Amino acid sequence: MAITEERPLALPAADGGDDDFQPLGIFRRPATATGWRSWVTTVDHKRIGVMYGVIAFFFFLVGGSEALLIRTQLARPGSSLLSANTYNQVFTMHGITMVFLVVMPMAAAFANYLLPLQIGARDVAFPRMNAFSLWCFLGAGIFVNTSWFLGGGADGGWFAYAPNTGVVFSPTHGLDFFTIGLLIAGIASLVSAVNLTVTVLNMRAPGMDMMKMPVFTWMILVVQVLLVLALPVITVALILLTLCRLFGANFFDVSQGADPLLWQHLFWIFGHPEVYILILPSFGIVSEVIPVFSRKPIFGYPFMVASGIAIGFMGWGVWAHHMFASGLGPISVAAFSLSTMFIAVPTGVKILNWMATMWGGKLQFTTAMLFSIGLVGMFTIGGLSGVTHAVAPADTQQTDTYYIVAHFHYVLFGGAMMGLFSGFYFWWPKIFGHFLDEKMGKVHFWLMLIGFNLTFGPMHILGLQGMSRRIYTYEEGLGFDAWNMVASIGAFVIAVSVLVFLANVVRSRRGAADALPPGPDPWDARSLEWMLPSPTPAHNFDEIPTITQLDEFWHRKYGTDENGRTVRIAATEDVTQKGDATDVHLPSPSYWPLVVALGLPLIGYGLIFNLAWAVPGALLVLGGIYGWGLEPADDDENPPHHHAPAPELEAGAEPGSTESEEAAGD
Amino acid sequence: MTDTAVTAPTEPPAGGHATSTGLSNEKLGMWVFLSSECLLFGALISTYLLLHDRSVEGPTPKDVYDIPFTSVSSFVLLMSSLTMVLAVSALTRGDMRRNRLWLLTTALLGTIFIGGQVYEFTSFVREGLGFTTNIFGSAFYTLTGFHGVHVTVGILMLLSLVGLSLRGNLSQERAETVEIIGLYWHFVDVIWIVIFTVVYLAA
Repeated sequence: MAITEERPLALPAADGGDDDFQPLGIFRRPATATGWRSWVTTVDHKRIGVMYGVIAFFFFLVGGSEALLIRTQLARPGSSLLSANTYNQVFTMHGITMVFLVVMPMAAAFANYLLPLQIGARDVAFPRMNAFSLWCFLGAGIFVNTSWFLGGGADGGWFAYAPNTGVVFSPTHGLDFFTIGLLIAGIASLVSAVNLTVTVLNMRAPGMDMMKMPVFTWMILVVQVLLVLALPVITVALILLTLCRLFGANFFDVSQGADPLLWQHLFWIFGHPEVYILILPSFGIVSEVIPVFSRKPIFGYPFMVASGIAIGFMGWGVWAHHMFASGLGPISVAAFSLSTMFIAVPTGVKILNWMATMWGGKLQFTTAMLFSIGLVGMFTIGGLSGVTHAVAPADTQQTDTYYIVAHFHYVLFGGAMMGLFSGFYFWWPKIFGHFLDEKMGKVHFWLMLIGFNLTFGPMHILGLQGMSRRIYTYEEGLGFDAWNMVASIGAFVIAVSVLVFLANVVRSRRGAADALPPGPDPWDARSLEWMLPSPTPAHNFDEIPTITQLDEFWHRKYGTDENGRTVRIAATEDVTQKGDATDVHLPSPSYWPLVVALGLPLIGYGLIFNLAWAVPGALLVLGGIYGWGLEPADDDENPPHHHAPAPELEAGAEPGSTESEEAAGD
Repeated sequence: MTDTAVTAPTEPPAGGHATSTGLSNEKLGMWVFLSSECLLFGALISTYLLLHDRSVEGPTPKDVYDIPFTSVSSFVLLMSSLTMVLAVSALTRGDMRRNRLWLLTTALLGTIFIGGQVYEFTSFVREGLGFTTNIFGSAFYTLTGFHGVHVTVGILMLLSLVGLSLRGNLSQERAETVEIIGLYWHFVDVIWIVIFTVVYLAA
């Protein structure tokens, strides 16, 4: 930092303020609004949300291809498509990709795009940190996947149980890519979680108290709180493993006195909240979609919110049910068995409330609605098999069999992914200004539902018959042959359904010019984002609405007559906004989030291959942070109205990075 | 976990937007971040407590700890919290010079603490406790090293504030920026009290 001159000290602050303000930035803030530059420097939560979605979908295709490799290998007994070693890498990378690079960021895509709209805000609390989270996540995803070309992927399962993942048992660098890549992804998630938590708590429109927020916003808030508290735990676990693998520490070396359960505890204290981190956003999406297409308000709104919070709390008290087979002792097993059964209660409340919302409603079976109903059905199956895991004696039979694989795919694919697809069809017109084709959408839904059940339904049977997880092949005549073939056929049916979705995206986009534009409120919906033109203008709201009740937008359209019947009181055109406001002050784009995020994977490669390479990465991070902190608050043409004159320099250390993050909010 | 009681936007903090809770985004963000840090250190301290007496060979905690020395450096770090408060208070009054003085003092006390830690680490290594020597060594250096990194980051932030102040960009209206970094600094101090108690004194 340049300290140029001695200034007169102790200016009286009252008249000292703005007059002698000198911008500190070395570079001007970027100003382009179109072209690729505008995308890499954007701090607009909507563009960031779209990019999250695109990148996550790309990784969905990567992870899906890995799944197809697995199913091709297992289709027939004694197959030699993949070696045992390659198979280990493929199923590990499939798990890591789907959990950390698909479901979490896809939920982040919806959260980023919708959260400010649903609470009536112009952007998130810290727009540049939001961009940083995106680039950090992209860097982590690329970093983890480059392991394929640098000696092989991680091969210890997504849970990476130490000491099994020590250098002795896994000598390649795959697991180093896993630990460091996840640390980087963790920084992205943590920054994003802090950001979105503050956004929801602090940036609600006038009158929108917590119990007037849409259920989606509530569920995202619960997820962010879980992330804030769960990520540091896996950060510690990953750091310990990294220190063991790269620097010879002894945390997991049993011959040195280590406790082999340490990793499992740390991992699952993160890992169980993590499964709610994965599913609650989809619960939120479904809670938006079902009322709209049932033409009824959500049944039991306070219970929906409270059960979401209850799941968030109880999710911290069930982690050891992943460890029933590890010899915890009868008291622990009994306690965690009970708490696991209890957590089914708030989840059951949600399922029943969705059904009660549909009950007696005028149901419209759009594609979005079908996927939501798909979630309710498939998640219930997965939830029920989950309750069977809570019964510890049964669980010891099921542990490490395909029954577990069936269970978590029913909750994560049948649950989380179905909900996310529902969200795609529901919000697509809002985000891109044109519908996805409903006919192709329904083909997509039915193919996916059938393929999904063909793939994962038989795994219940395979598991109970004793087929182990993570085996790369099996012998003929064990009774596994037929169901494995069915599961593999199902996997390819899912693949076809995803291709139908992609074709739908392309075709709908091509036909968008000729199609009827969706208008601001194509579904006659309930929450604030539907007040805005489609696609949403850069400044979101022309005028921030004042909120008087839950489902404010709906109540601006509909009231009740003297007989208590619902009647329309205003035309949609009269209650929606035109999106033509000008001179709305928006945060300026910035290069720095990208610069800082670029440094982190470089540090990662340096840690793995040669510490000297980490130096440019560290310099990039440090320089980027100072560039960020000293960046002018606004460009010259658009002088600040009510911002503090100088940029913020506000900071905290990131767990898991070798450098700290200093970040400034706009 | 959430602030359901607060409904209407309250008066904006000086120079900022009106917020639903009345706290500025930056300050609320720091609080949320510090809650995350609690779990980070919680997991590290738990790991240390689990492993510190499981080494199959020495040196053990009793062999290396120098409680009087660490007490002094802990006291230095504690005093830096006091000077941090004085720095915030000076800026709130608009006294730029005292603000810089106390910020520099805080950074200096932090640096003395880090210097003490470097000395402690080198003397432990001389006594035969390396990072990979035994499981106690791994756990000890990881926990205290992590805390040291946090203090170092804090010192960098304090010095950055001094730089901003010299440049004339840390006015009285922005006292909250110093207060927020103060929150971080106090947090790191509090964590040290926990570490000093359960790691050094309990040994």
